[in-house]
Amino acid sequence: MEVTENNQHHTEAEEKYLPGMSLTRPFTFIGEKVIGWINVLGTATIFLCLALWKTFRPKQFSKVIAQIYYIGARSTTIIILVSLFTGMVLGLQSYHALIKFGAVGGLGALVSLSLIRELGPVLTAIMITARAGSAITAEIGIQRISEQVDALHTMRIDPFRYLISPRIIAAIISFPLLTAVFDFIGIIGGYISGVALLGLNAGVYSHSIQGNVDMKDLTDGFIKAIVFAVIVATVCCYQGYFVHMRKDSHGAKAVGMATTSAVVTSCVLVLVSDYVVTSLLLI
Amino acid sequence: MSAIPLIEFKNITKRFGSQTVLNKVNLQIYEGQVTTIIGLSGSGKSVLLKHIIGLLKPDEGTILFRGKPMAEMKKSEVRESLAQISYMFQGNALFDSLNIYDNIALPLIETTNLKKAEINRRVMARIEQTELTEATYKFPSELSGGMQKRAALARALITDPRIVLFDEPTTGQDPVRKNAILSMIAQYQRKFNFTAIMVSHEIPDVYFISNRILALYNKTIVFQGTPEELGNFDHPFNDEVIHSLEGLQKELTGLYSKRQFKMLKHVQLKRRESGENYCIAVFTLLDLDTIISVLGHDAAQEVIHSMGVYIDKHFGAIGGFSTRRKSNEFVTMLPFSDLAETESILKDFVTDFQAQGIRDIWAGAQKLAPSDKCVDFAILAGIAEGPPVAEIDFIIELAKSQQKEIGRLRCAAKE
Repeated sequence: MEVTENNQHHTEAEEKYLPGMSLTRPFTFIGEKVIGWINVLGTATIFLCLALWKTFRPKQFSKVIAQIYYIGARSTTIIILVSLFTGMVLGLQSYHALIKFGAVGGLGALVSLSLIRELGPVLTAIMITARAGSAITAEIGIQRISEQVDALHTMRIDPFRYLISPRIIAAIISFPLLTAVFDFIGIIGGYISGVALLGLNAGVYSHSIQGNVDMKDLTDGFIKAIVFAVIVATVCCYQGYFVHMRKDSHGAKAVGMATTSAVVTSCVLVLVSDYVVTSLLLI
Repeated sequence: MSAIPLIEFKNITKRFGSQTVLNKVNLQIYEGQVTTIIGLSGSGKSVLLKHIIGLLKPDEGTILFRGKPMAEMKKSEVRESLAQISYMFQGNALFDSLNIYDNIALPLIETTNLKKAEINRRVMARIEQTELTEATYKFPSELSGGMQKRAALARALITDPRIVLFDEPTTGQDPVRKNAILSMIAQYQRKFNFTAIMVSHEIPDVYFISNRILALYNKTIVFQGTPEELGNFDHPFNDEVIHSLEGLQKELTGLYSKRQFKMLKHVQLKRRESGENYCIAVFTLLDLDTIISVLGHDAAQEVIHSMGVYIDKHFGAIGGFSTRRKSNEFVTMLPFSDLAETESILKDFVTDFQAQGIRDIWAGAQKLAPSDKCVDFAILAGIAEGPPVAEIDFIIELAKSQQKEIGRLRCAAKE
């Protein structure tokens, strides 16, 4: 295209169709996205560090206890239900798979190791994200859009200390405890389907667990639970706290979008970090 | 007025993206006064207020606190300065998951080391002062708009701040409650001697309680001065903002604003080229502070409101027009009546007022007052005649000096 003096001043719409531009556009798009993600990652890291730093301030204990009750204690029922049926279906499927190889005696080890090392921490994190994580985002988001967070500023109450720190600390305490509950109930679920329903010897089931599960398995499971707690709590609090800065929506709709985004991002990050942490722990 | 302003803005500019909200704003706010920032909705009044409390930072310009630029202060100094300020949000910003007691107690619990008993004493005192006793353990969503406003006010005052910022404190209130809130602000400002900075478009109501008015127009401050000085301010702001808001005022209350009253008086007198005299009647409600402290702000404002409506109803029918001059004083002008005629009209008014009017006023107040509370109240009236050339303020003072009691209601009579 011949560029004359008259058409040097292109409009925005025209610029989209310039031949050179169409070639670079995908790279511009990818570059913008990557820079955006790096920005968010940096902000979220600072957000987490500030929240952890503000944990060690006076008058935090009661707030942390209240959040442990909300995130932890009130999630117990759903965790028991999910873990029981996860253990039962795991026992059922594993029994029929193992019987083909004549290795049904290893059912207890298979169920318990699967739960302790993998399913327990992951499913607990996902369940808490769905139950408490979404509520955290919505609650903080509504407080943000109704100027309650600004009100905290004007009262010289640090919103990080008052809103964020207790939730992150409560998550770090609650996740491993709920994971332990999940593991224990899941193993009972495996026992119900394997022993009570399919007739495996109870001693064989428990002996297999005792002989194959060691302390490292438990520790690794709990390390994962703590990592997931940090991820879920940070993502959910972050999405709620910065709901007013969303570009795609405003007000109540923004809170809805932030809640959805918090749940989806948390679940994806839990699965991605599960792989990364597992790899690191197996080295 | 101290020489150094408490807060001063020098060429403050604020932009949100490409939109400029404040453009080279210059203003001074002095200690111990009630300063009201007036302007139309969306003109940047709240943005201006948020700069004072530090919720927003200016893109350009300097904010000085007691003569010192805030940008040059140490963090601890900024913290100390901001610690003297409380903020009452336009939407109240009450924590909806906390009850009213916890909302009011929150700043004390979180920012002081006071014992639980002391916090309880202070919170209950504020709850009582703001007439929220029945709502103590209710959640904000269970309260009316007016009660939420009072809860927000109680929370703003709980830390005994030196400066209180009020962001449209009367938004969404009916005329009675609106006046009750303004009167409450004025009363607390006198009682606790804090500096009040208020954003409002309740013109002319805010004039009664404000020492200074700042007018925000076209993204900048176009006027700073007393409400009286605003009357002589020649600027498009007057036509576009004040007159339109005052017109609404007349529709809501049936009374003219002071400014409209003066203008109307001028027009009416001009029409009377024969040089005949006019009359002024001044009505005063005695012991307003006692009424407020015994019956509460809402009931007291209902008394004032009913009194205004009653006066306007009687004198409006014969060509008189009335305005509220002070919080407890009404002035009626009778441009076509001489003194003898006015005396006769007032006599009829007094007879009617004693027979029914004062009881109607009390009945209205009773609906908003605690059932077991009662207070004596009296109303004075005085008339004076003046020539068209005489200053109206002089005639008003003359009428005031002639005031006599025209009605008194005693507690026993109410029972």
